[in-house]
Amino acid sequence: MLARDTSNIPEHRQRHMATTRKAVALISGGLDSMLAARTMLEQGIHVEGINFFTGFCVEGHTHAIRAKDRARPKRNNALWAAEQLGIRLHIIDVIDEYKDVLTKPKHGYGANLNPCLDCKGFMVGKAYQWMTENGFDFVVTGEVIGQRPMSQRKDTMPVIARESGAGDLLLRPLSAKLLPPTRPEREGWVDRDKLFDFNGRNRKPQMALAAAHGITDYAQPAGGCCFLTDATYARKLTDLWQVRGSKEYELDDIMLLKVGRHLRPRPHFKLIIGREEGENNFLEGYRRQFTCLRPISHHGPLALLDGTADESDLQLAARVTARFSQGRNAALVQVDVVHQGVTTRLDVQPFAEDEIPHEWYI
Amino acid sequence: MTRHTLDARRLLCPMPVIRTQNKIKSLAPGDIVEVVCTDPGATNDIPAWCRMHGHAVIATETRSGEFIITVEVGKIAG
Ligand code: SF4
Repeated sequence: MLARDTSNIPEHRQRHMATTRKAVALISGGLDSMLAARTMLEQGIHVEGINFFTGFCVEGHTHAIRAKDRARPKRNNALWAAEQLGIRLHIIDVIDEYKDVLTKPKHGYGANLNPCLDCKGFMVGKAYQWMTENGFDFVVTGEVIGQRPMSQRKDTMPVIARESGAGDLLLRPLSAKLLPPTRPEREGWVDRDKLFDFNGRNRKPQMALAAAHGITDYAQPAGGCCFLTDATYARKLTDLWQVRGSKEYELDDIMLLKVGRHLRPRPHFKLIIGREEGENNFLEGYRRQFTCLRPISHHGPLALLDGTADESDLQLAARVTARFSQGRNAALVQVDVVHQGVTTRLDVQPFAEDEIPHEWYI
Repeated sequence: MTRHTLDARRLLCPMPVIRTQNKIKSLAPGDIVEVVCTDPGATNDIPAWCRMHGHAVIATETRSGEFIITVEVGKIAG
């Protein structure tokens, strides 16, 4: 898979390949990073991909959780993209290190809780570190000037290069002609003339290049590459931080924000209520860490109670849970409440739809 | 050749792939690792990762809702 057909590479490049230069390319799974890596491969560069898992990536999770999505092909987009390119991909867990990026972004947040500029600087910095540790020569990204309002602007490109530490060993093949020549270009490791001058939000040049390379199937993330650009998700994360009194989180916390309805009936507790079977199964995995509610007399969701609750709170939580069960119109619904291994059975009157204040929904 | 088991249950992708990748780094060519997962996505992602890194998936089984992917470590580590 790694062998390259060099027959169409000019002779001077082939000579140069005696010392094949190596690039590590940030691969998100989207089209731009694929095209950037592909452009390097075309120039005879040895490319390996790197992908960072922050915990917020929009990647299979919701698909894996929700039963209705189980029929869809499940694949990690970055792995899939790398395989199409015929390159190796290294996936790096940066969950812990990313906490500082998200909670103390020097350049602030975008429209929601997305610290894109700090995030890009961090990821390029990690790639640069990987490059040095593994004897690679430069870093490649699929960044395009003007593509994203926060992180991909002409004036932020040098910021990322500088703050990541990569400096002029950071090459953006898709917009390279609009930027000062980097070391790989100056030293002739890559041919600047064969790089691009893509600019702005217009995707046509990328699509044309994709078509020229026969790339037809690629992920098209709507808002960005992660949940932090999502308004609903950002609201839930803000709520979590407010209640904790600090911007702390663990992987389980941020996973749970992706699942179920979140309602906060009282400041000291919230309920996470499964919306369907897949989510109920996923929440089931957390039943020992939380107080857990489940309708018994009627079919219904599993609900986790996050926080502290006295008896009247548990009654309230059971009534909310009953509201989302098939017994929503029944006079009484039996709900089992399991707290630290002890089960209490409650008979409660489900809330009517208009009895659940809108503000409870996070 | 030694046999190893990796418990990747309850982890969602790409965590099972990351754990497999990190585990394999400490193993020798020819070693066998059995990865136990619950995320069905891992049945695509782990084999894809193995293909590109030169490791062989020698069996994939489903046992009571769990997926067991058996990998033989190839010559190129990492
Ligand atoms: S969308 Fe998310 S992953 Fe992408 S740059 Fe912004 S914060 Fe980082």
